[in-house]
Amino acid sequence: MTSTRQAPATTQAEAHVQAPAYSYPMPSYLKPRFRVEIEDRRCIRCQCCVEQCSFGALFFDQRRNEVGTVEQNCVACHRCVVFCPTQAISVLRHPVEYRENAHWRPEVIEDITRQAETGGVLLTGMGSDKGWTCYWDKLCLNASQVTNPSIDPLREPMELRTYLGSKPDRVELDPKSGGLRTRLAPQVMVETPILFSAMSYGAVSINVHEALARAAAMTGTLFNTGEGGLHPKLYSYGKNTIVQVASGRFGVHPEYLDVASIIEIKIGQGAKPGIGGHLPGEKVSDDVAFTRMIPSGTDALSPAPQHDIYSIEDLSQLIHALKEATNYTKPVSVKIAAVHNSAAIASGIARAGADIIALDGIRGSTGAAPKIIRDNLGIPIEMAIASADERLRKEGIRQRVSLIAAGGFRNSADVIKAIALGADAVYIGTAALIALGCTECQACYTGRCAWGLTTTDEKLTKRQNPDIAAQRLANLLEGWSHEMKEMLGAMGINALESLRGNRLHLRSVGLTQQEADVLGVLQAGA
Amino acid sequence: MKRVYPAEEFCVACRLCEVYCATEHSQSRDVIRAFKEEQPPPTKRIFLQQEGAASLAINCRHCDEPRCVWACVAGALTKDPVTGVVNYQPEKCIGCWTCLVACPYGVIVRDPNRPKIAKCDLCPGRDVPVCVAVCPNRALVLS
Repeated sequence: MTSTRQAPATTQAEAHVQAPAYSYPMPSYLKPRFRVEIEDRRCIRCQCCVEQCSFGALFFDQRRNEVGTVEQNCVACHRCVVFCPTQAISVLRHPVEYRENAHWRPEVIEDITRQAETGGVLLTGMGSDKGWTCYWDKLCLNASQVTNPSIDPLREPMELRTYLGSKPDRVELDPKSGGLRTRLAPQVMVETPILFSAMSYGAVSINVHEALARAAAMTGTLFNTGEGGLHPKLYSYGKNTIVQVASGRFGVHPEYLDVASIIEIKIGQGAKPGIGGHLPGEKVSDDVAFTRMIPSGTDALSPAPQHDIYSIEDLSQLIHALKEATNYTKPVSVKIAAVHNSAAIASGIARAGADIIALDGIRGSTGAAPKIIRDNLGIPIEMAIASADERLRKEGIRQRVSLIAAGGFRNSADVIKAIALGADAVYIGTAALIALGCTECQACYTGRCAWGLTTTDEKLTKRQNPDIAAQRLANLLEGWSHEMKEMLGAMGINALESLRGNRLHLRSVGLTQQEADVLGVLQAGA
Repeated sequence: MKRVYPAEEFCVACRLCEVYCATEHSQSRDVIRAFKEEQPPPTKRIFLQQEGAASLAINCRHCDEPRCVWACVAGALTKDPVTGVVNYQPEKCIGCWTCLVACPYGVIVRDPNRPKIAKCDLCPGRDVPVCVAVCPNRALVLS
């Protein structure tokens, strides 16, 4: 059986047949993207798949005693595939073919069709899927051979510990006591240079927030609250928390700033540079509203700019206001999207008094953004981090700030290459969600995430058990950290600090001279 | 004694506990064969309760004061004084359904294939009952 036929229309006589929810009330010109096939030989009619599908793509047809499908609703989240106890379900690309056309690709045709039907801005979730050049894949790492010994990280100490915060221009010692005379700016130590990226409560569920907080505590790193405030029940994880102050100022109050380790001013985000966050009212539950300090059920719209920041001088005022508010005990970070002038902007941010600059590249993700913005605005993080590091070095102010890179980090090699390019640490968001079941189906903006990640629905939120989720996240960070130690050992380095900004450990393959120059790396073999 | 406790806040209503409970008590102990080939079909001993967003799975509580044991007229239900498990001996059962009426949780059911009952036996021979082992979200806890 291939249950691909349309759902039967519900009539009075067929009231016992559960009516499926269609995406569109009127016939749509959109073709289904996926085909759900249920192998009759294996299906035991337990209806687990029907219960798990939160997009209305599956229903149980009691009259026929079989699972029916509404394929245009399937987003390929694979929840049903994973949960089926008999592996009876396959989600396949829908076989409807268009005539080949390199310019008018199926996605382009579908976007136009969807807009013709809705007249709106096309929304999407997650990071750009447009295949921007991934420079991580074109950079090779060095390894020690003969003339310098490699190190076995299982036998010798290997350090990934990283201190985030502004470093002094020079160090003065007291000649009598031998102690440090220089006053250090506040520093935050992380055991591994991988932090969890800003994902707000509201965009993700409270259980995901708790899992991120607990995983950060387990692995000695930090999680970022995003712009939606911090639920009071997570205040105990304050030492592992970066709190965000964004243009909407949601959930910002003295205690919120006090519990955190780092305060981050969000200017922009890689997935949607230049526009603010948009949390639809449906996702603003009572608890989200309480945490954000807004009325329940109202849209939480962040203004595109911070309305009190129209210049570096304005930014400096906010940085110092936040430092003053927390008695100069915490580093203040400024997060911007990687854009054409981000190196110069980074220089301005450093001079404005920030301790940390976070750069988020074009592959950065989001819970909801206009598709056209996500796929076209910003620049790749590799270029941004290399040029910002270079610029700050040339100006002699690199030590004043820590650089955090974000936007599409897929594995430990991406992380270590970013550090060799000059980053102090990286943010991971998408990878963390994938660790919790995300399949990059890009339906986050609907609030119907079947994995209970990007939703505030009471029933769907239950799908993430923080006990399990925190362990999965911690496992991911531990795995990556071990791999980074292996790579460092192979390079003959025993501390990540020695690799930071050390681009001689990178070589490029297949890049133009200009690209290699911006990245500051030599051609392989050169 | 150890019991299977449901964690309502993490139950995702997938019913995998029911599927594997029935499989564990089938002849073949193979999911597909048990459900598609076996006659009589397997019977589950754990029951998902669901209303709106709330759901949880309940099985025999192995009560300290077991009403089913008191009610049983045939001596088929006994409370093990050492382990605390409420054991069922089908060969003694006469199918009078008194225990079904006596059970305050409704977790004893008629075996549809014979004049006997079916109830949770905590999966003898296993470290943890199969429902606890397969629950994908740790919504069933043995403690």
